[in-house]
This record gives sequence, structure tokens and C-alpha cells, in this order.
Amino acid sequence: MDQFLQAIQNSITTGSLYALIALGYTMVYGILKFINFSHSDVVVIGALFSTVLALTLLEKLGLQQAPWWLGGVVLAGAMALCATVSFLVERLAYRPLRQAPRLNCLITAIGVSLFLQNTGNQKFLFGTQPRKIPALVPDAEPLFMIGKVPFRLIDFIIVGTAVVLMVALDRLVFKSAMGRAMRAVSFDHKTASLMGINVDRVISMTFVLGACLAAAGGFLYALRYQTVTQPADTTWALLGLKAFVSAVVGGIGNIRGAVLGALIIASIENFGAAYLFSGLTDAYVFAVLIGMLLLRPGGILGSAAVEKV
Amino acid sequence: MTVRRTVLSLMSRVSLAVAVSAVVVGAGGCEKKDPKGGGAGGASEVRVGHYASMTGPEATFGRSTDEGIRLAIKEINDAGGVKVGETTRRVTLVTDDTESQSTKAGDVVRKLIDVNKVHAVLGEVASSISLEGAPVCQEAGIPMITPSSTNTRVTERGDYIFRVCFIDPFQGFAGAKFAVDELKVKKVALLVDTASAYSQQLADEFAKAFVGMGGEVVSRVEYQKGEKEFNARLTKIREASPEAIYLPGYYTDIANIAIQARQLGIRVPIIGGDGWDSEELAKNAGDAIENCFYTNHYAPDDPSPEIQEFVRAYRAAYNGKTPDGLAALGYDAARVLIAALERAGTTDGSALRDAIAATKDFPGVTGRITLDRNRNAVKPIVVLERKGGAWIFRAKIEDPSAGR
Repeated sequence: MDQFLQAIQNSITTGSLYALIALGYTMVYGILKFINFSHSDVVVIGALFSTVLALTLLEKLGLQQAPWWLGGVVLAGAMALCATVSFLVERLAYRPLRQAPRLNCLITAIGVSLFLQNTGNQKFLFGTQPRKIPALVPDAEPLFMIGKVPFRLIDFIIVGTAVVLMVALDRLVFKSAMGRAMRAVSFDHKTASLMGINVDRVISMTFVLGACLAAAGGFLYALRYQTVTQPADTTWALLGLKAFVSAVVGGIGNIRGAVLGALIIASIENFGAAYLFSGLTDAYVFAVLIGMLLLRPGGILGSAAVEKV
Repeated sequence: MTVRRTVLSLMSRVSLAVAVSAVVVGAGGCEKKDPKGGGAGGASEVRVGHYASMTGPEATFGRSTDEGIRLAIKEINDAGGVKVGETTRRVTLVTDDTESQSTKAGDVVRKLIDVNKVHAVLGEVASSISLEGAPVCQEAGIPMITPSSTNTRVTERGDYIFRVCFIDPFQGFAGAKFAVDELKVKKVALLVDTASAYSQQLADEFAKAFVGMGGEVVSRVEYQKGEKEFNARLTKIREASPEAIYLPGYYTDIANIAIQARQLGIRVPIIGGDGWDSEELAKNAGDAIENCFYTNHYAPDDPSPEIQEFVRAYRAAYNGKTPDGLAALGYDAARVLIAALERAGTTDGSALRDAIAATKDFPGVTGRITLDRNRNAVKPIVVLERKGGAWIFRAKIEDPSAGR
């Protein structure tokens, strides 16, 4: 029973992290119909920059213990940086290729990803040493226990932040003028632009939104796992890949699908590790991807009935 | 026209990016290069290559080893150099970074041999990385001594490959013996890194020895280096209620695992191998590694005069830093190599290989080093215990096959 409850708790927490990252993949795919492979590198920038920022702020303020608001400041800082990077990537690398075949964009995305990784690895940026983020929330003891399963404050913060951000995104996309413009562009670039929508601005906005969620994902990831490795570490590529698989399983291009897919992928991983052979958790994830692509290539919510973004 | 302008602007951007990355790469490259290494200058010096994880999740392994090697080389150069045949030559070291990735090892070692023209190679620490570097040395006929790769397959790569440390069948045995004799446990769980040749062999050997001593392995759970989420796996282990956990892995992962295990209320002792040997472990894991033990090559608080002399020299050279086992092994590996160079009287690869193979009763910091016919060293193991925020010497275990 403890094992089952623990697996559920883990699935929700890791699922929230995957969802934050998966949303960036799915939004860009919805609008531009290409997979932004450099998205996982934005997550890395979010994780590493929040670590550096938290360390610097604590040192500059001369504090031993982080005040409660510091986490918010760090998150805002990470979001600002990731949004800027993502905006520039779109402006400099993808926009010139707007009329080019989609394969060109895909290959450019891989190039951007390698560029971000290797630049981030340089000494004058993040370097290659693993870093440890200071404790921004009190985390010595769990809040409460159910059976033997500890419930920790950090888990609630992760899930809470993810839910707030995702609800905000959902409102933005389905209730605001900008959201309507995004949905219009996703349907048809040309028609949308004839209707007076500034397509380039909408696309920039999509990248910025995706990057903000990725920054939050990176920040929460760092808080939960504490040690943050170098930008070119394969761990990050795998994290990005799992988020991408979540987006595909949920139905790529579909916002709610990405969240659903993330929860499914996280459950497969955690229940696989708990009840099946634990060395193969990654294999389970990709087996599900293959099965999904064979049986229902559009993903769970990927049918035409659901409005795409 | 607009098309042409776009192409032009695109091209200028690409060339700018290329230029920028060329400058960045160039700057990085210059830094690593030893000013005296490579190129001409041939007969007057002996060039030793060291491939090591200077960065990445195993970075302290590479840096400690490199510091140990540099200390040994500095001592020999301060004494005038190494006497090779009729001439006395200075030793220069060229260190290159594998970034803790086995896929980089082949290229790095090839560069050391082809570009820097080294006469012998030292490295790596992680067995998976040594396994990739060794075939390159073997093929080129350049002797390689790994200071601290303990997986048996490393020296099986060929007759040019040596090591100055014990091997994992013995390390696994020592871990099991310690668990049974000292900790009096009967049931253990294994947590194994499937991405690491080291972790897998060590776990297998431990399990074999432990079961042979009447113990029981109640659970074997696997992970992959770099994973961060261990709650599900650790819960599985907790359900099997072991009396101890055997966790042969590398320190960056160990810190995460120990923290999450303690958070889940797992208080039993955790036992590991020499892959734990890094100051980063305690820094990252904090209190979580109290009541933990690991098998290692030496203990810096061992009162024997050879060890205390080395600790003193190392502290003097590196701002009071206490040498870990990897630094001691790096120091020993370099000194074994230098002694072999003097005996060989030449830097020729095959003669040097024969001289290294003949190493017998060499007085190393980590014990007397005699290489057996499989080019492995046979040495005792020490067990360190984490108590009150410090690693302290707990037990010494002799190899039952010694002297055979």
C-alpha cells in the first residue's frame, strides 16, 4: 500500500515537471508544425540560472537562511532570462526560415540546441561542474506522513506552481485576445494574417510563453533534486525527450493533452520502477511512445474535434 | 533581390557564428595544452599523458588524480629528473579532459598519443571510460597505467594495460565480509547503476560473496547514472526491509540517493565502493550519509609513516587539502611508471611495458605494489565510516589470494 501511494505521489510530482516542459513543445508544434529541439536547453538554462541566482542573492544579501520571497524572485529571474533566450532564438534562427521547408527548421533546431549546450558549458557561463541549489524552502522534515509515505512541502510547491501556471496558460489561450490570435495562427497562417493578426508577434509570444513554463520547470527540478549538472549533460536531453514523448502521447499540438500525457509518462516511469524491472524505466516510456504511434498516431486527445493551439 | 539579401545575411550570420565558436574552441584548446608538451623537443624529456574527468559529475576523480600525478612528477623533476639510460630527462605531463563521458575517451587518448606524442598514458578513474581508452593505447603500443579503475575487464584489453589498484572481485568480497563480520547483517538490498561497468561487476561480486557467507540478497534495484528520481526504487527497497543497502556507484548519484533514502525513512547502513571517494559526496549529501561505509584504497588518517609523509607533502602543495584515495593512487601510478622508466632505460613502448610488468614490491602510499601476471595489483582494502560528520578509518581487509 505504501509503495502504491508513494508511486502515485511521485507520478504527480514528476508529472507536473514533465507537463511544464511538454507544454513548450506542444505549443510551438501547434503553431509552427515543427519540433523545437532546443526547448530542453531552455529548461537547463532555467535550472542553472536559478541555482546561480539563488547562490548570488544569498551571498550578496549576506543571508544564511533564504527568506520566503527569494524563491519567487529567483523564479521570475529565470523566467525573464529564458524568455529572452527563447525570443532571440526564434527571432535569429527560426524566423528567417519561415518560408523554408520544415526539415530545415528541424535541423536548425538541432543546431541551436548544440550551440546552447556548448556555449552554456563554457567557463564564463555555467561551466561543467555540477552545482547545488541552496534550500529555498524549509525541507528538513516532511509536512505529514500517510503510512510510511512522507509528504514534503517541496512536492506541494511543485504541483501548486505547475497547476497555477497551467491554469493561467489555459485561460490565456482560450479566453484572451492573444489566445484567440494564437489559435487562429495555428489554424492557418495566411488567413490569420489577412484578418489583421501580426503572425510574427504571435509566434514570438508562443516561444516566450513556452520558455517561461520551461524556466519554471527547470527551477522546480533544481529545487527538488538539488544538484544541477552541466548544460551538455545527457540527463537533460533525456528529460527533454520524456517531455516531448508526453506531448506526443497526449496529442501533439494540444495543450491539455500535453498535461495528460505528462502524467501518464510519469506514472509509467514510477510504477515501472516500483513494480516491474527497475533498470528499464526509460524503455517503458519509449515502448509506450511506439505503441501510441502505431495505434493512435494523433495521441490521446489529438483528434480533430479538439481545438488545437 | 530580397532572396539574395536573405541568403547573404544568413551567410554572414553563419560565418559570425563559426568565427565565434572558433575563438571559443581555440581559447579552450590553448588552455589545456601544456606549453612544453607536443612538437619538437623530443629526446630531452619524457612525456606522460593523463586522460581524466576534469569536469562533469565525476570531476573530483580527475582533479584529485591529476594533483597526485603532478606531485609525483614535481618531486622527480625537483630531484633533477628521471634517469633513462645514459641521459637524465625531465618529465612533462599533458592532461586532457574526458568530461566524465566514456564516449570522449577514445578521441582524447588518440590525441595524447598522435598529437602530444606521449611515451606513456595514465588514466582513467571510471572503468567504463578506461575501457574505451585502453584499446587505443594497446593498438598504438603505448603502455597505459590506470591508477584506479577496478573493473577486471580493463586490463584484459591487452598486455600494454596495467593498474596499480585492486580489482572488483576483491572489493566486492571485502564489502560483503565487512557487512557480515562487522555490521552483522544478514539481509541486504542492492542498488546498481546499469550504465556503469564498475557498478555492475562490483554488485555481482558483492552478492556472490555475501550469499557465500550465508547472507541473503532481498532486493536488487537498478538505475542509470544521472537519474535524479529514486523514490519509487527506494520504496521498493524499503518494502523488502533489508538490514543494509549495498550501493556501488559514483558520488554525484550517491548523494541524491542517500538524501532521498533518508527522506523516505530508510535508516539502515549504506555500503559503497571507492566510487564514493570524493569530498563532494559529503558536501552534497550532508547528514544523509551518516551511518554509511565504503571500501577504499587508503585512509588519510592511517598513522603509517609513508601515508603521513604523503599527506603532508600533498597538503603543502595544494593549500592544505587532504588527499583522497584517488590522489594517492595517481601519485603511486606516476611513481610506478617513473621507476619502470629507469629500469627500462628507454622510452620505447615494448621495453617500457616489460619494465612495468616486472614491478615488484614497489613501496606505494596505498600499499606495496606487485603486479600479477594479469597486470593487476594485489593490495589490502580499508573501510571508512561516516561518523559525526567525518570519514574515519574503520577496518582493514587483506586479499585472501595475496601471495598466491
